[in-house]
Amino acid sequence: MNSLISLEKVNYQIADQHILHDVDWQIPAGAHITLTGPSGGGKSTLLRIIAAMISKTSGTLIFDGQPIESYDPIMYRRQVSYCFQQPTLFGETVADNLAFPYQIRKQVMDTQRVVTALNNVGLSERTLHQPIIELSGGERQRVALIRNILFLPKVLLLDEVTAGLDENNKQIVHAWLRQLNEQDHVTTIMITHDATEIAAADQLAKVVAGRLEVHA
Amino acid sequence: MNLAVNNTSLFLAAMLVLVALGISLWQKLGLDRDIVIGVVRAVVQLFIVGYLLKYIFRVNNLWLTLAMMGFIIFNAAWNAKKRGPGIDHALAISLLAIFVSTGVTLGVLVLSGAIKFVPSQMIPISGMIASNSMVAIGLAYRSLNSQFHDQRQGVLERLALGAGLLDASIAIVREAIRTGMSPTIDSAKTVGLVSLPGMMSGLIFAGVDPVRAIKYQIMVTFMLLSATSLGSIIACYLAYRNFYNEQKQLE
Repeated sequence: MNSLISLEKVNYQIADQHILHDVDWQIPAGAHITLTGPSGGGKSTLLRIIAAMISKTSGTLIFDGQPIESYDPIMYRRQVSYCFQQPTLFGETVADNLAFPYQIRKQVMDTQRVVTALNNVGLSERTLHQPIIELSGGERQRVALIRNILFLPKVLLLDEVTAGLDENNKQIVHAWLRQLNEQDHVTTIMITHDATEIAAADQLAKVVAGRLEVHA
Repeated sequence: MNLAVNNTSLFLAAMLVLVALGISLWQKLGLDRDIVIGVVRAVVQLFIVGYLLKYIFRVNNLWLTLAMMGFIIFNAAWNAKKRGPGIDHALAISLLAIFVSTGVTLGVLVLSGAIKFVPSQMIPISGMIASNSMVAIGLAYRSLNSQFHDQRQGVLERLALGAGLLDASIAIVREAIRTGMSPTIDSAKTVGLVSLPGMMSGLIFAGVDPVRAIKYQIMVTFMLLSATSLGSIIACYLAYRNFYNEQKQLE
Protein backbone atom coordinates (compact mmCIF):
# COMPACT_ATOMS: atom_id res chain seq x y z
CA MET A 1 0.00 0.00 0.00
CA ASN A 2 1.20 3.51 -0.76
CA SER A 3 2.08 5.68 2.20
CA LEU A 4 -0.04 8.74 2.83
CA ILE A 5 2.73 10.17 4.98
CA SER A 6 6.34 9.19 4.70
CA LEU A 7 9.18 10.41 6.91
CA GLU A 8 12.82 9.83 6.05
CA LYS A 9 15.67 10.62 8.40
CA VAL A 10 13.65 13.33 10.12
CA ASN A 11 15.60 15.15 12.83
CA TYR A 12 14.57 17.89 15.19
CA GLN A 13 17.00 19.90 17.20
CA ILE A 14 16.77 23.00 19.39
CA ALA A 15 20.26 24.52 19.84
CA ASP A 16 22.38 21.46 20.74
CA GLN A 17 19.46 19.49 22.13
CA HIS A 18 18.61 16.60 19.81
CA ILE A 19 14.91 15.86 20.25
CA LEU A 20 14.25 13.51 17.30
CA HIS A 21 16.90 11.27 15.68
CA ASP A 22 16.64 10.00 12.12
CA VAL A 23 12.95 9.13 12.24
CA ASP A 24 11.83 6.90 9.34
CA TRP A 25 8.09 6.23 9.27
CA GLN A 26 5.66 5.06 6.60
CA ILE A 27 2.04 5.81 7.46
CA PRO A 28 -0.45 4.17 5.10
CA ALA A 29 -3.74 5.90 4.27
CA GLY A 30 -6.50 4.74 6.61
CA ALA A 31 -4.14 3.63 9.39
CA HIS A 32 -5.25 3.82 13.02
CA ILE A 33 -2.00 4.13 14.95
CA THR A 34 -1.39 4.34 18.67
CA LEU A 35 1.79 6.23 19.56
CA THR A 36 3.32 5.78 22.97
CA GLY A 37 6.58 6.13 24.87
CA PRO A 38 7.97 7.86 27.95
CA SER A 39 7.22 11.51 28.65
CA GLY A 40 9.68 13.92 27.07
CA GLY A 41 10.69 11.30 24.50
CA GLY A 42 9.57 13.37 21.51
CA LYS A 43 6.06 12.04 20.69
CA SER A 44 4.36 15.43 20.67
CA THR A 45 7.24 16.98 18.75
CA LEU A 46 6.89 14.29 16.10
CA LEU A 47 3.15 14.90 15.71
CA ARG A 48 3.65 18.68 15.63
CA ILE A 49 6.17 18.29 12.81
CA ILE A 50 3.69 16.14 10.87
CA ALA A 51 1.03 18.82 11.57
CA ALA A 52 3.31 21.60 10.19
CA MET A 53 3.07 23.38 13.54
CA ILE A 54 6.87 23.27 13.77
CA SER A 55 9.44 22.47 11.09
CA LYS A 56 11.87 19.56 11.13
CA THR A 57 15.53 20.48 11.27
CA SER A 58 16.47 17.98 8.54
CA GLY A 59 15.14 14.99 6.59
CA THR A 60 12.15 14.65 4.30
CA LEU A 61 8.45 14.50 4.98
CA ILE A 62 6.21 13.51 2.09
CA PHE A 63 2.43 13.96 2.34
CA ASP A 64 0.21 12.58 -0.41
CA GLY A 65 3.16 12.31 -2.79
CA GLN A 66 4.49 15.84 -2.31
CA PRO A 67 7.11 17.20 0.10
CA ILE A 68 5.55 19.14 2.98
CA GLU A 69 7.37 22.29 1.86
CA SER A 70 5.37 22.36 -1.37
CA TYR A 71 2.07 22.90 0.48
CA ASP A 72 0.69 26.16 1.77
CA PRO A 73 0.91 25.52 5.54
CA ILE A 74 -2.64 26.73 6.12
CA MET A 75 -4.22 24.48 3.49
CA TYR A 76 -2.00 21.61 4.69
CA ARG A 77 -3.21 22.00 8.30
CA ARG A 78 -6.80 21.69 7.10
CA GLN A 79 -5.91 18.21 5.82
CA VAL A 80 -3.59 17.16 8.64
CA SER A 81 -5.36 18.30 11.77
CA TYR A 82 -3.73 18.40 15.19
CA CYS A 83 -5.68 18.19 18.47
CA PHE A 84 -4.01 19.51 21.59
CA GLN A 85 -3.71 17.77 24.91
CA GLN A 86 -5.28 20.54 26.98
CA PRO A 87 -7.26 22.55 24.48
CA THR A 88 -8.25 26.18 24.91
CA LEU A 89 -11.73 27.10 23.79
CA PHE A 90 -12.28 30.49 22.13
CA GLY A 91 -14.84 33.20 22.64
CA GLU A 92 -17.76 32.75 25.00
CA THR A 93 -19.97 29.88 23.90
CA VAL A 94 -19.56 26.44 22.39
CA ALA A 95 -21.08 27.85 19.20
CA ASP A 96 -18.23 30.39 18.93
CA ASN A 97 -15.83 27.45 18.79
CA LEU A 98 -17.76 25.32 16.37
CA ALA A 99 -18.40 28.27 14.05
CA PHE A 100 -14.65 28.93 13.79
CA PRO A 101 -13.84 26.24 11.20
CA TYR A 102 -16.64 27.70 9.04
CA GLN A 103 -15.52 31.30 9.56
CA ILE A 104 -11.98 30.61 8.38
CA ARG A 105 -13.42 29.02 5.22
CA LYS A 106 -15.82 31.96 4.78
CA GLN A 107 -18.83 29.71 5.20
CA VAL A 108 -21.95 29.82 7.33
CA MET A 109 -22.08 27.30 10.16
CA ASP A 110 -23.91 24.11 9.17
CA THR A 111 -25.96 23.73 12.37
CA GLN A 112 -27.27 20.30 11.37
CA ARG A 113 -23.77 18.94 10.94
CA VAL A 114 -22.59 20.56 14.18
CA VAL A 115 -25.47 19.05 16.16
CA THR A 116 -24.81 15.60 14.68
CA ALA A 117 -21.16 15.90 15.66
CA LEU A 118 -22.12 16.94 19.21
CA ASN A 119 -24.45 13.94 19.47
CA ASN A 120 -21.73 11.62 18.19
CA VAL A 121 -19.56 12.44 21.19
CA GLY A 122 -22.42 12.26 23.68
CA LEU A 123 -23.24 15.97 23.87
CA SER A 124 -26.69 17.40 23.29
CA GLU A 125 -27.81 20.23 21.03
CA ARG A 126 -28.28 22.32 24.18
CA THR A 127 -24.49 22.38 24.64
CA LEU A 128 -24.19 24.56 21.56
CA HIS A 129 -25.32 27.71 23.37
CA GLN A 130 -23.66 26.94 26.66
CA PRO A 131 -20.96 29.34 27.90
CA ILE A 132 -17.57 27.62 27.77
CA ILE A 133 -16.84 28.43 31.41
CA GLU A 134 -19.70 26.11 32.40
CA LEU A 135 -18.23 23.07 30.65
CA SER A 136 -16.47 20.25 32.48
CA GLY A 137 -12.96 19.23 31.41
CA GLY A 138 -14.34 16.26 29.50
CA GLU A 139 -16.91 18.40 27.67
CA ARG A 140 -14.25 20.94 26.72
CA GLN A 141 -12.05 18.21 25.29
CA ARG A 142 -14.91 16.82 23.20
CA VAL A 143 -15.92 20.26 21.90
CA ALA A 144 -12.30 20.85 20.94
CA LEU A 145 -12.21 17.50 19.09
CA ILE A 146 -15.32 18.39 17.11
CA ARG A 147 -13.66 21.62 15.92
CA ASN A 148 -11.06 19.48 14.17
CA ILE A 149 -13.48 17.27 12.24
CA LEU A 150 -16.36 19.51 11.12
CA PHE A 151 -14.48 19.57 7.85
CA LEU A 152 -13.07 16.06 7.66
CA PRO A 153 -9.28 16.10 7.49
CA LYS A 154 -7.31 13.29 5.82
CA VAL A 155 -5.24 12.84 8.95
CA LEU A 156 -6.17 13.43 12.58
CA LEU A 157 -3.30 13.74 15.05
CA LEU A 158 -4.45 13.36 18.66
CA ASP A 159 -2.16 14.32 21.51
CA GLU A 160 -3.38 12.50 24.65
CA VAL A 161 -6.89 13.73 24.03
CA THR A 162 -8.49 11.14 26.29
CA ALA A 163 -6.18 11.84 29.25
CA GLY A 164 -8.67 14.10 31.04
CA LEU A 165 -11.74 11.93 30.41
CA ASP A 166 -13.47 9.45 32.70
CA GLU A 167 -13.93 5.83 31.56
CA ASN A 168 -17.39 6.42 30.15
CA ASN A 169 -16.31 9.44 28.07
CA LYS A 170 -13.17 7.62 26.96
CA GLN A 171 -15.38 4.84 25.54
CA ILE A 172 -17.51 7.39 23.69
CA VAL A 173 -14.46 9.10 22.18
CA HIS A 174 -12.84 5.78 21.23
CA ALA A 175 -15.96 4.58 19.46
CA TRP A 176 -16.24 7.92 17.67
CA LEU A 177 -12.59 7.88 16.58
CA ARG A 178 -12.99 4.32 15.31
CA GLN A 179 -16.01 5.41 13.31
CA LEU A 180 -14.08 8.34 11.83
CA ASN A 181 -11.35 5.92 10.85
CA GLU A 182 -13.48 3.09 9.51
CA GLN A 183 -16.42 4.93 7.93
CA ASP A 184 -14.88 8.28 6.99
CA HIS A 185 -11.40 6.84 6.25
CA VAL A 186 -9.62 9.42 8.37
CA THR A 187 -6.07 8.30 9.13
CA THR A 188 -5.54 8.69 12.87
CA ILE A 189 -2.46 8.78 15.05
CA MET A 190 -3.18 8.94 18.75
CA ILE A 191 -0.64 9.59 21.49
CA THR A 192 -1.50 7.85 24.75
CA HIS A 193 -0.08 6.56 28.02
CA ASP A 194 -3.26 4.66 28.82
CA ALA A 195 -2.58 0.91 29.24
CA THR A 196 -6.04 -0.10 27.95
CA GLU A 197 -5.65 2.03 24.84
CA ILE A 198 -2.18 0.61 24.21
CA ALA A 199 -3.47 -2.95 24.64
CA ALA A 200 -6.32 -2.28 22.19
CA ALA A 201 -4.08 -0.70 19.52
CA ASP A 202 -4.27 -1.92 15.91
CA GLN A 203 -0.79 -0.65 15.18
CA LEU A 204 1.57 0.46 17.87
CA ALA A 205 4.53 2.81 17.53
CA LYS A 206 6.81 4.00 20.26
CA VAL A 207 9.06 7.03 20.56
CA VAL A 208 11.89 6.49 23.03
CA ALA A 209 14.58 9.14 23.54
CA GLY A 210 13.87 10.67 20.15
CA ARG A 211 13.93 7.39 18.21
CA LEU A 212 10.90 5.74 16.65
CA GLU A 213 10.15 2.02 17.07
CA VAL A 214 7.31 0.68 14.97
CA HIS A 215 5.59 -2.55 16.07
CA ALA A 216 3.62 -4.28 13.37
CA MET B 1 -1.34 90.11 27.50
CA ASN B 2 -0.68 88.91 31.03
CA LEU B 3 2.26 86.72 30.17
CA ALA B 4 4.63 87.57 32.99
CA VAL B 5 7.14 84.74 33.01
CA ASN B 6 10.71 86.03 32.73
CA ASN B 7 14.15 84.68 33.55
CA THR B 8 13.97 85.80 37.18
CA SER B 9 10.55 84.30 37.83
CA LEU B 10 11.61 81.11 36.07
CA PHE B 11 14.71 80.93 38.24
CA LEU B 12 12.59 81.31 41.38
CA ALA B 13 10.13 78.70 40.09
CA ALA B 14 13.08 76.32 39.89
CA MET B 15 12.63 76.01 43.66
CA LEU B 16 9.85 73.58 42.74
CA VAL B 17 12.52 71.22 41.47
CA LEU B 18 14.06 71.32 44.93
CA VAL B 19 10.77 69.95 46.30
CA ALA B 20 11.05 66.86 44.07
CA LEU B 21 14.76 66.56 44.81
CA GLY B 22 14.14 66.90 48.55
CA ILE B 23 11.48 64.16 48.50
CA SER B 24 13.79 61.88 46.56
CA LEU B 25 16.66 62.36 49.03
CA TRP B 26 14.46 62.22 52.12
CA GLN B 27 12.64 59.03 51.04
CA LYS B 28 15.84 57.52 49.55
CA LEU B 29 14.08 57.04 46.20
CA GLY B 30 17.37 57.22 44.32
CA LEU B 31 15.77 59.52 41.75
CA ASP B 32 17.96 62.59 42.40
CA ARG B 33 20.29 61.92 39.49
CA ASP B 34 17.36 61.36 37.10
CA ILE B 35 15.62 64.51 38.33
CA VAL B 36 18.71 66.64 37.71
CA ILE B 37 19.30 65.10 34.27
CA GLY B 38 15.61 65.46 33.41
CA VAL B 39 15.47 69.10 34.41
CA VAL B 40 18.68 70.01 32.60
CA ARG B 41 17.53 68.20 29.46
CA ALA B 42 14.12 69.85 29.55
CA VAL B 43 15.63 73.32 29.91
CA VAL B 44 18.26 72.83 27.20
CA GLN B 45 15.89 71.10 24.74
CA LEU B 46 13.16 73.70 25.19
CA PHE B 47 15.55 76.64 24.77
CA ILE B 48 16.90 75.10 21.57
CA VAL B 49 13.37 74.44 20.29
CA GLY B 50 12.29 77.94 21.27
CA TYR B 51 15.03 79.61 19.25
CA LEU B 52 14.66 77.11 16.40
CA LEU B 53 10.91 77.71 16.14
CA LYS B 54 11.42 81.46 16.33
CA TYR B 55 13.78 81.19 13.37
CA ILE B 56 11.50 78.86 11.38
CA PHE B 57 8.44 81.04 11.97
CA ARG B 58 10.35 84.13 10.85
CA VAL B 59 11.77 82.53 7.71
CA ASN B 60 8.35 80.97 6.89
CA ASN B 61 9.79 78.64 4.25
CA LEU B 62 7.73 75.70 2.98
CA TRP B 63 10.66 73.25 2.85
CA LEU B 64 11.94 74.19 6.25
CA THR B 65 8.45 73.69 7.72
CA LEU B 66 8.14 70.29 6.04
CA ALA B 67 11.62 69.32 7.23
CA MET B 68 10.69 70.20 10.79
CA MET B 69 7.49 68.18 10.53
CA GLY B 70 9.50 65.27 9.11
CA PHE B 71 11.90 65.53 12.02
CA ILE B 72 9.00 65.38 14.51
CA ILE B 73 7.49 62.35 12.75
CA PHE B 74 10.82 60.53 12.65
CA ASN B 75 11.45 61.11 16.35
CA ALA B 76 7.94 59.95 17.20
CA ALA B 77 8.51 56.78 15.15
CA TRP B 78 11.86 56.18 16.82
CA ASN B 79 10.24 56.39 20.25
CA ALA B 80 7.29 54.19 19.29
CA LYS B 81 9.76 51.59 17.99
CA LYS B 82 11.40 51.35 21.40
CA ARG B 83 8.10 50.17 22.85
CA GLY B 84 7.94 47.21 20.48
CA PRO B 85 10.99 45.13 21.32
CA GLY B 86 11.11 41.95 19.26
CA ILE B 87 8.93 43.37 16.47
CA ASP B 88 11.01 43.42 13.27
CA HIS B 89 10.83 46.54 11.13
CA ALA B 90 9.16 48.37 14.04
CA LEU B 91 10.83 51.61 12.93
CA ALA B 92 9.57 51.36 9.36
CA ILE B 93 6.08 50.33 10.52
CA SER B 94 5.92 53.15 13.09
CA LEU B 95 7.20 55.65 10.55
CA LEU B 96 4.53 54.71 8.04
CA ALA B 97 1.77 54.63 10.69
CA ILE B 98 2.70 58.02 12.16
CA PHE B 99 3.31 59.57 8.75
CA VAL B 100 -0.10 58.49 7.44
CA SER B 101 -2.01 59.29 10.64
CA THR B 102 -0.39 62.72 10.91
CA GLY B 103 -0.69 63.42 7.19
CA VAL B 104 -4.35 62.48 6.86
CA THR B 105 -5.33 64.35 10.03
CA LEU B 106 -3.40 67.48 9.08
CA GLY B 107 -4.76 67.31 5.56
CA VAL B 108 -8.35 67.33 6.80
CA LEU B 109 -7.63 70.19 9.20
CA VAL B 110 -5.98 72.30 6.50
CA LEU B 111 -8.58 71.56 3.83
CA SER B 112 -11.43 72.27 6.22
CA GLY B 113 -9.83 75.59 7.05
CA ALA B 114 -9.46 74.74 10.74
CA ILE B 115 -5.76 75.57 10.59
CA LYS B 116 -3.61 77.46 8.09
CA PHE B 117 -0.53 76.11 6.37
CA VAL B 118 1.84 78.40 8.26
CA PRO B 119 4.73 77.10 10.37
CA SER B 120 3.36 78.51 13.64
CA GLN B 121 0.27 76.34 13.23
CA MET B 122 1.53 73.35 11.27
CA ILE B 123 4.51 72.53 13.48
CA PRO B 124 2.83 72.55 16.91
CA ILE B 125 -0.20 70.68 15.57
CA SER B 126 2.05 68.08 13.86
CA GLY B 127 3.79 67.60 17.18
CA MET B 128 0.52 67.04 19.03
CA ILE B 129 -0.77 64.59 16.45
CA ALA B 130 2.51 62.68 16.07
CA SER B 131 3.07 62.38 19.80
CA ASN B 132 -0.43 61.04 20.43
CA SER B 133 -0.08 58.63 17.53
CA MET B 134 3.31 57.59 18.97
CA VAL B 135 1.82 56.83 22.39
CA ALA B 136 -1.07 54.91 20.82
CA ILE B 137 1.29 52.82 18.68
CA GLY B 138 3.57 52.17 21.66
CA LEU B 139 0.61 50.91 23.69
CA ALA B 140 -0.57 48.80 20.78
CA TYR B 141 2.89 47.20 20.39
CA ARG B 142 3.04 46.39 24.07
CA SER B 143 -0.41 44.87 23.87
CA LEU B 144 0.56 42.74 20.83
CA ASN B 145 3.67 41.48 22.60
CA SER B 146 1.90 40.59 25.82
CA GLN B 147 -1.11 39.02 24.12
CA PHE B 148 0.92 36.88 21.73
CA HIS B 149 2.76 35.67 24.83
CA ASP B 150 -0.28 35.11 27.07
CA GLN B 151 -2.58 33.71 24.40
CA ARG B 152 -0.01 31.55 22.69
CA GLN B 153 -2.03 28.34 23.15
CA GLY B 154 -5.15 29.88 21.62
CA VAL B 155 -3.21 31.11 18.59
CA LEU B 156 -1.59 27.69 18.13
CA GLU B 157 -4.98 26.01 18.21
CA ARG B 158 -6.41 28.36 15.62
CA LEU B 159 -3.42 27.64 13.38
CA ALA B 160 -3.83 23.90 13.92
CA LEU B 161 -7.44 24.22 12.75
CA GLY B 162 -6.17 25.69 9.49
CA ALA B 163 -6.73 29.37 10.24
CA GLY B 164 -4.84 31.95 8.21
CA LEU B 165 -2.53 34.29 10.09
CA LEU B 166 -5.10 37.07 10.30
CA ASP B 167 -7.86 34.70 11.47
CA ALA B 168 -5.48 33.32 14.11
CA SER B 169 -4.52 36.82 15.29
CA ILE B 170 -7.64 38.93 14.76
CA ALA B 171 -8.79 38.90 18.41
CA ILE B 172 -5.32 40.01 19.49
CA VAL B 173 -5.04 42.65 16.77
CA ARG B 174 -8.43 44.13 17.68
CA GLU B 175 -7.57 44.25 21.37
CA ALA B 176 -4.24 45.96 20.60
CA ILE B 177 -5.96 48.61 18.45
CA ARG B 178 -8.46 49.14 21.26
CA THR B 179 -5.62 49.53 23.75
CA GLY B 180 -3.96 52.12 21.52
CA MET B 181 -7.13 54.17 21.10
CA SER B 182 -8.64 53.96 24.57
CA PRO B 183 -6.64 56.72 26.36
CA THR B 184 -7.77 59.22 23.71
CA ILE B 185 -11.39 58.13 24.00
CA ASP B 186 -11.21 58.23 27.80
CA SER B 187 -9.74 61.70 27.83
CA ALA B 188 -12.33 62.87 25.28
CA LYS B 189 -14.99 61.84 27.80
CA THR B 190 -13.51 63.87 30.65
CA VAL B 191 -12.13 66.85 28.76
CA GLY B 192 -13.19 70.06 30.45
CA LEU B 193 -14.51 68.20 33.50
CA VAL B 194 -11.22 66.90 34.86
CA SER B 195 -8.54 68.60 32.86
CA LEU B 196 -8.34 71.80 30.87
CA PRO B 197 -6.00 70.48 28.22
CA GLY B 198 -2.94 72.19 26.84
CA MET B 199 -4.40 73.73 23.72
CA MET B 200 -7.24 75.63 25.38
CA SER B 201 -5.22 76.38 28.52
CA GLY B 202 -2.53 77.95 26.34
CA LEU B 203 -5.03 80.07 24.44
CA ILE B 204 -6.83 81.17 27.61
CA PHE B 205 -3.44 82.04 29.09
CA ALA B 206 -2.68 84.14 26.05
CA GLY B 207 -5.90 86.07 26.63
CA VAL B 208 -8.17 84.38 24.06
CA ASP B 209 -11.90 84.26 24.86
CA PRO B 210 -12.59 80.79 26.44
CA VAL B 211 -15.51 80.22 24.06
CA ARG B 212 -13.09 80.60 21.18
CA ALA B 213 -10.44 78.55 22.97
CA ILE B 214 -12.75 75.55 23.43
CA LYS B 215 -13.37 75.44 19.68
CA TYR B 216 -9.69 74.73 19.23
CA GLN B 217 -9.89 72.07 21.93
CA ILE B 218 -12.82 70.46 20.15
CA MET B 219 -10.73 70.38 17.00
CA VAL B 220 -7.88 68.78 18.98
CA THR B 221 -10.23 66.10 20.33
CA PHE B 222 -11.35 65.26 16.79
CA MET B 223 -7.83 65.18 15.39
CA LEU B 224 -6.45 62.99 18.18
CA LEU B 225 -9.22 60.44 17.66
CA SER B 226 -8.34 60.24 14.00
CA ALA B 227 -4.59 60.13 14.64
CA THR B 228 -4.64 57.41 17.30
CA SER B 229 -7.11 55.21 15.44
CA LEU B 230 -5.21 55.46 12.15
CA GLY B 231 -1.83 55.02 13.86
CA SER B 232 -2.97 51.98 15.86
CA ILE B 233 -4.71 50.20 13.00
CA ILE B 234 -1.84 50.65 10.55
CA ALA B 235 0.80 49.62 13.08
CA CYS B 236 -1.13 46.56 14.31
CA TYR B 237 -2.04 45.26 10.86
CA LEU B 238 1.56 45.60 9.72
CA ALA B 239 3.12 44.23 12.92
CA TYR B 240 1.11 41.08 13.69
CA ARG B 241 2.77 39.05 10.92
CA ASN B 242 6.06 39.52 12.70
CA PHE B 243 4.97 37.00 15.29
CA TYR B 244 4.99 34.25 12.67
CA ASN B 245 7.75 32.74 10.58
CA GLU B 246 7.74 31.98 6.86
CA GLN B 247 6.18 28.56 7.44
CA LYS B 248 3.24 30.39 9.05
CA GLN B 249 4.17 29.03 12.47
CA LEU B 250 4.05 31.02 15.67
CA GLU B 251 7.59 32.02 16.59
